[in-house]
Amino acid sequence: MIKKEMIAMLLAGGQGSRLGVLTSNVAKPAVAFGGKYRIIDFSLSNCINSGVDTVGVLTQYQPLRLNTHIGIGIPWDLDRNIGGVSILPPHEKTDRSEWYTGTANAVYQNMEYMEYYNPEYVLILGGDHIYKMDYETMLDYHKLHNADITLAAVPVPIEEASRFGIVITDEEKRITEFEEKPLRPRSNLASMGIYIFSWNILREALIILSGQKGCDFGKHVIPYCHKRGDRIFAYEYNGYWKDVGTLRAYWESNMELIDLIPVFNLYEEFWKIYTKSDTILPQYIGDTAVIDRTIIGEGAEIYGEVHNSVIGSGVYIGPGAVVRDSILMKDAVIGEGAVVGKAIVAEGVNIGAYAELGIGEEVPNEKDSNIYSFGLVTIAENSMIPPYVKIGKNTAVSGRTTVEDYWEGVLTSGGTLIKAGGKL
Amino acid sequence: MRAVGIILAGGNSNRMGNLSSKRAIAAMPVAGSYRCIDFALSNMSNSHIQKVAVFTQYNSRSLNKHLNSSKWWDFGRKQGGLFVFTPTITPDNSFWYRGTADTMYQNLDFLKNSHEPYAVITSGDGVYKLDYNKVLEYHINKRADITVVSKLLKEGEDASRFGIINTDKDGRIIEFEEKPLMTSADTISIGIYVIRRRLLIELVEKSAEEDRYDFVKDILIRYKNLKRIYAYGMNTYWSSISTVDSYYKTNMDFLKKEVRDYFFKEYPDIYSKIDDLPPAKYNQGASVKNSIISSGCIVNGVIENSIVFKKVYIGNNSTIKNSIILNDVYIGDNTYIENCIVESGDTIRADTTYVGEPGNVEIVVEKNERYVL
Repeated sequence: MIKKEMIAMLLAGGQGSRLGVLTSNVAKPAVAFGGKYRIIDFSLSNCINSGVDTVGVLTQYQPLRLNTHIGIGIPWDLDRNIGGVSILPPHEKTDRSEWYTGTANAVYQNMEYMEYYNPEYVLILGGDHIYKMDYETMLDYHKLHNADITLAAVPVPIEEASRFGIVITDEEKRITEFEEKPLRPRSNLASMGIYIFSWNILREALIILSGQKGCDFGKHVIPYCHKRGDRIFAYEYNGYWKDVGTLRAYWESNMELIDLIPVFNLYEEFWKIYTKSDTILPQYIGDTAVIDRTIIGEGAEIYGEVHNSVIGSGVYIGPGAVVRDSILMKDAVIGEGAVVGKAIVAEGVNIGAYAELGIGEEVPNEKDSNIYSFGLVTIAENSMIPPYVKIGKNTAVSGRTTVEDYWEGVLTSGGTLIKAGGKL
Repeated sequence: MRAVGIILAGGNSNRMGNLSSKRAIAAMPVAGSYRCIDFALSNMSNSHIQKVAVFTQYNSRSLNKHLNSSKWWDFGRKQGGLFVFTPTITPDNSFWYRGTADTMYQNLDFLKNSHEPYAVITSGDGVYKLDYNKVLEYHINKRADITVVSKLLKEGEDASRFGIINTDKDGRIIEFEEKPLMTSADTISIGIYVIRRRLLIELVEKSAEEDRYDFVKDILIRYKNLKRIYAYGMNTYWSSISTVDSYYKTNMDFLKKEVRDYFFKEYPDIYSKIDDLPPAKYNQGASVKNSIISSGCIVNGVIENSIVFKKVYIGNNSTIKNSIILNDVYIGDNTYIENCIVESGDTIRADTTYVGEPGNVEIVVEKNERYVL
């Protein structure tokens, strides 16, 4: 008989539009992080480290990279005879066919997957947070409190609490009230979007709410269950937890990894983070290289200067190039003498010789000042930056640009350059 | 599918000094992230040989640990797979492997139960890339009984630790001498053989009857006039690890761009076990020149012209020059290491100095207690 105590449903279908051009071709959970990882690695590693060996990954937006990354789950030991990892895209059905319209709707559409494993509990996860968490401890807590739903919550500074969904609990930690982005927060416990449901509760709620348009856990399922009096508890989590939903947060949490003793420490033996490595070769540091305060992934070749940066696998930094305060993802090439300052350079980008990124004054981005801010230069994957051009701050570039695309060889601060049909 | 693979990884050499007290040569770490046997295994896998036996005898703990899963080389299959055979006691045999031919004789059932027509035999101590199918094609075209892969030594290279061969115009071997004192030729056998599986069984059985146990001495050399033994010339990078010196040089070769590019950037790839280590980390005070650094390292000091394996910690104000630091070494602050090979798992105390000679590197084995949080 097939029986799993707890299975996980990992929501990885969102675009993550606040990451701008970084996610124009790839889902947010598949965006590279920390030199060799992808964001989804943290949730997947938490699953297997917590003993959850059955994970359904719900995909929708640009899933190719995710599919190839996850494969049959070998890097996470999720290649199992029974269970393991399954990719669950939206599919056609006889009566009605639709995309995943919301988080709960996506899970509802995969009812059969969950039923097959005959679980007692279902863990609902997002694929876009950086953290190490033992879901088994959370499950123990769920059982101890005889809860119907347990929601993981993290204490945030009270002045920032108005950016989050806040929960208010009684002494027993049972949730009495929810407040979505309250102006005057009465608690600093923010919901992390991680839930454990007792299976019958989840099943029933999803069926009853199946007609709800865009059915969402935070907006519909939890309030519905709360209203009808289900026992909902907050599980307080006190470790490192980062939502990397914005370019600024993404950049900052990458940079935290290079601190002398990082708060989020990848070098601990306990609770390893696993990922699929395409390459395992060592890195080569050339005669002319200067490196400090930097982490560098496998197979990189460095001949230039690198300070305060996160360098992905297979990156090449040419002689005389200077990289500072930047994130370079897998296989990026920095030409000879190029200068890269405070930039996020996505996978496979080629930056021409003597190009300069991140120069001049900070000016708000003309197209979307909410996304491209904080003085960052953001270059989309597989873009090409021609030699000798200069690019200012709060800018975004996508596509195989040529020198003609730059007014007098310069993209001034606040500019956006998106070359349509960039893939040549 | 046309051949089974055999990797002879049992050996040890006293010329490896202290380095081989811990492990068989096939398990020696190479080029920062690999072990010696990865090259033979990857070549097998890339040549679509799906059934591979590794024969091991000398201190195989480290090797077995490396081979604990066959999936990294793509041998985790229903058809074929990776088999590790150590000597066992049976009702009619209680000997260790007494030689390479004896190794195969003791595992004759493996050969008999296979149905692939050919066998590719190789050792576990070579660093090279080779498509065994090319050797097999040559073998078939020449209607050879046995094909030996050979290599022309460069001028000045010492041939005395190899088997020396001489061929006629067609490539058929007419002379074969094992580790001669005086060498008359500069073509050596590099220990890779292709042979029909049934012929191998026949020859190995016959040798066993005559109490002969060595594949080279008792089969190749003894049968060279009786059987058609051909040499297949290989002209790409090849290096074998059998002495401290050759181990040091082979590793240092990977500081050359053409060697790195040949092995790691050109098709096909070399595979190895995945360790799930974080990216290498360079803190304030790090200064690295012309070196290979592997994942999981934390660098606070100076590294020049060196190979640093996985998960090495290098303390503040320490200097590593022209050295090889094996896996999981902790090097304290203010140390100085030059021309050394530091054994894996070592803990080097702060304020110490280890200096070897160029051409005569020092092997450092330091089993100090390590305090880690």
